[in-house]
Amino acid sequence: MQEKLMGDHLLEIKNLSTYFHLETGAAKAVEDVSFHIDTGETLGLVGESGCGKSVTSLSIMRLVQSPPGKIENGSILFNGRNLLDIPEPEMRKVRGNDIAMIFQEPMTSLNPVFTIGSQIIEAVTLHQNVGKGEARNRTVEMLRLVGISDPDQRVDEYPHQLSGGMRQRAMIAMALSCNPVLLIADEPTTALDVTIQAQIMELLDKLKDELNMSILLITHDLGVVAESADRMEVMYAGRIVEEGSTQDIFANPGHPYTKGLIKSVPRLDTQLDRLSVIEGTVPDPADLPPGCPFNPRCPLADDRCREDIPALESIDVDEKNHIARCFYSERVRTL
Amino acid sequence: MIPLLIGITFFSFMIISMAPGDFLTVMSQNPQITAETIATMRAKFGLDQPWYIQYFKWLWNVIHLDFGYSFANQVPVFTLIGQRMLNTFILALSAALFAWVISIPLGIISAVRQNSIVDRTASFVAFIGLSIPQVFFALIMVYFAAKTGWFPIGGMKSIDFEYMSTGGQIVDLIHHLILPTIVLGSISMAGRMRQMRGNLLDTLLQDYVQTARAKGLSEQVVIYKHALRNAINPLITLFGFTLANLLSGAFLVEVVMSWPGLGRLTLDALFTRDLYLVMGSLIMASVMLILGNLTADILLALSDPRIKYE
Amino acid sequence: MNNFPTKPKKLSQSPWSLFWRYLLRNRMAMTGGIILILFYGLALCASFAAPYGANDQNRTQYYCPPTRPHFIDSEGSFHLRPFVYNKVLEDRKWTLYKDDTSKMYPIKFFAKGEPYKIMGLIPFDRHLFGLESEEGRIYILGTDQFGRDVFSRLLFGARISLSIGLAGILISFTFGMLAGGISGYFGGKIDTVIMRFTELIMSIPALYLILSIRAAFPDTMDSARMYLIIVVILAFIGWAGMSRIIRGMVLSIKENDYVTAARALGLGHMRIIIRHILPNTLSFVIVAATISIPGYILGEVALSFLGVGIMEPAASWGNMLKQAQSVRVLTSFPWILSPGYVIFMTVLAFNFLGDGLRDALDPRKILSSK
Repeated sequence: MQEKLMGDHLLEIKNLSTYFHLETGAAKAVEDVSFHIDTGETLGLVGESGCGKSVTSLSIMRLVQSPPGKIENGSILFNGRNLLDIPEPEMRKVRGNDIAMIFQEPMTSLNPVFTIGSQIIEAVTLHQNVGKGEARNRTVEMLRLVGISDPDQRVDEYPHQLSGGMRQRAMIAMALSCNPVLLIADEPTTALDVTIQAQIMELLDKLKDELNMSILLITHDLGVVAESADRMEVMYAGRIVEEGSTQDIFANPGHPYTKGLIKSVPRLDTQLDRLSVIEGTVPDPADLPPGCPFNPRCPLADDRCREDIPALESIDVDEKNHIARCFYSERVRTL
Repeated sequence: MIPLLIGITFFSFMIISMAPGDFLTVMSQNPQITAETIATMRAKFGLDQPWYIQYFKWLWNVIHLDFGYSFANQVPVFTLIGQRMLNTFILALSAALFAWVISIPLGIISAVRQNSIVDRTASFVAFIGLSIPQVFFALIMVYFAAKTGWFPIGGMKSIDFEYMSTGGQIVDLIHHLILPTIVLGSISMAGRMRQMRGNLLDTLLQDYVQTARAKGLSEQVVIYKHALRNAINPLITLFGFTLANLLSGAFLVEVVMSWPGLGRLTLDALFTRDLYLVMGSLIMASVMLILGNLTADILLALSDPRIKYE
Repeated sequence: MNNFPTKPKKLSQSPWSLFWRYLLRNRMAMTGGIILILFYGLALCASFAAPYGANDQNRTQYYCPPTRPHFIDSEGSFHLRPFVYNKVLEDRKWTLYKDDTSKMYPIKFFAKGEPYKIMGLIPFDRHLFGLESEEGRIYILGTDQFGRDVFSRLLFGARISLSIGLAGILISFTFGMLAGGISGYFGGKIDTVIMRFTELIMSIPALYLILSIRAAFPDTMDSARMYLIIVVILAFIGWAGMSRIIRGMVLSIKENDYVTAARALGLGHMRIIIRHILPNTLSFVIVAATISIPGYILGEVALSFLGVGIMEPAASWGNMLKQAQSVRVLTSFPWILSPGYVIFMTVLAFNFLGDGLRDALDPRKILSSK
């Protein structure tokens, strides 16, 4: 299929900035974001709502509503090409084919007036040179692969006839129908029941191995990240504030925000009087505070934090790939 | 539906009967008719009995498809209404088609090219179309027709209609249809256009549209296949409703532009207190309205897979 | 400690002020509003604004075309104050008029004219404009079949046509809200009965029903009774639709906690409906009312046009339009169509305003205008 130079990353994002130009000013949804994904790994992209993780994924797919959004800056290297440079017809060949995306709400993300079969067949016939009959066969196979029982019958059913979990499976089937090398999963389990969540994540893990795929897993749920992601990126107010392997970050968070997120997850094994929270709210991307965007909520903040924005730096000599954007990373363990 | 119709007929009959005097009162003002003749006619037509008895007699007859006699015209109500209703139907259908054929594409273009010149002009025209009073519009059209001579100023057929070939007759009919169609259809056209535009704009914001784009489909396919199919749904159901509305809304247009339809007939019947004719007209008009709504419901069930058809 | 720069003072965010700001910014809505205020204002002081009475006939100047104001006279000299020439019937067969340039009648403002009583009490004889002349006449919009000034009749007709809209809406919406409120709140048998009744009314096409009910009354009545009957008939048709919608809204509103709280306090049913539930439908009702008023005005126009509404010699926009039905009159004397234009403008203004109100009250707009 696609050639890839060994040692190169599958997807590399450099200095990506996406702004939304509103009447009141520019909202800096994504600011100077850089990271990479390698073949066969699951990268978690974590943050609260409004931190820019969805916009990042839409920027990769070039699906940002423009106007008012605009990718101001940066490059997205995939397969030796900068996705931001290629013409739109070329990009369409990438979408759904090399890079696929599944969304949060399976209920509204599938077109209610077409059968799930026809929607998947549409993707197959678009990207692959096969006839209707073959496309239908592949569709049924995909549905079977994602764990939908009686796929030959389900294929002719409408979205409203399926349960939430099955709809999400159908979405996954649709996304994977053309064997993409990268799957972007934007909050795939947020709208589902807890037990279904587990099933879907298990399915994604299994498919990743079977199809030799990479996954960009976007979520605000730390539990999901801990289970499934190899590495993770933490975003806050449009910037990457911490990056590293999942294990390293959970064991030794280098940013007060990350520490706050981890602490706020309730645990069953310790006794707590009150749930831990991070004071304050996420800033308005059109109205960011000066200096480090986290400073109004940060227990470690001082004047320096209010003036300058820290750069991403390695927090530990031993953990070379673990970086954080904080002047006082070493003090985080005291929180 | 049947109880509704019975209720309607009951209600209508009651109202008409409340009218002071009846057909014969009008006739009695004619000095050539003696009082005895009037009395005999009154007994013969059963007009001397209380209204509820008259109602049941009438209802009984209607069930046997006998709509009674028109006093003024001395012909069965059924024949009289039948022809007129057909004319009204032709006009209404023509107006409905006109409204639809123009409004749907216009609405789509307005939505796809939002805020462009086309959109703004179309919205403006739609606003005018929604606000212009039918009577006024009809009079303007008559004026226009009279001044330019391009169109007939009224009526449905030319004087020499009978002598035309079939092809010529059709052309003549269309020629007479054009102006009344525009007048009658303009409000619907405006409303549907705005609705199409609004629906499509809303649909384009839906999640499944983004999914379609993420699949790599061209913008063309995304809009005209995925979005449109959803946006147009409510409008399809409205077609039946529109037709029904137009059937009854044709009243004023028929009067001003002399179109020989049900409206004109009803008006005359009301003036002459032609009881059975009025009842017949009211029933027909109501039936058309109800049928229109029913059609709308059926179309909705057919087009939207989410609704189970009972 | 906290050395953030001070932020600029934000404007008030209460829903009321947001609503007003949004509305005032909408130029179309404002235009509509101004036109309506103008029309209703002129209607109110019609006696003052009109140079002549509604029924002042002039048998020598029937179907007279509009008199144009001039600034330059037949000799070419300029006058600051505009003036008019009198019209003289030149061709009896085709009813053509010619300007009589021998005498100039300057247009005077706040001119003396036929006396009248303000509000029927205070005698006054000044008019907005006039000629203060015995034989000179200024017809801004020409005259009708009886030589009556169309412009004056238009102003007096506005009183009837415009007020019927308001009166009709008031009655029908009051009944509609009450019926819908009761129906939605109590449910059960009352609900079924009311809803069946409204369904009945709505199943008969409006104009047919209006005319049938109208036929139940005597053909000719005095103007006051006629006016009342028309208002009642129009309101009767109108309340049905409103009640159904209100009922739907009430069904969801009554599930709210504050309703349960009111019940727990022991408040009576009607009180709860009127004071707690119905006010929440207000924003919708205001918009619906503004958009529905044209329907009532057009209802009166239709009735009068067909000859079963406001009768001569009273003036209403509807019966003024009646004269235009003759093709000969329409083509030879097009100024007869003036009422149509005015009705059109009124409907347009109401629609602009209604649209603007709907946009301003749209909760999505309120949320996003930070």
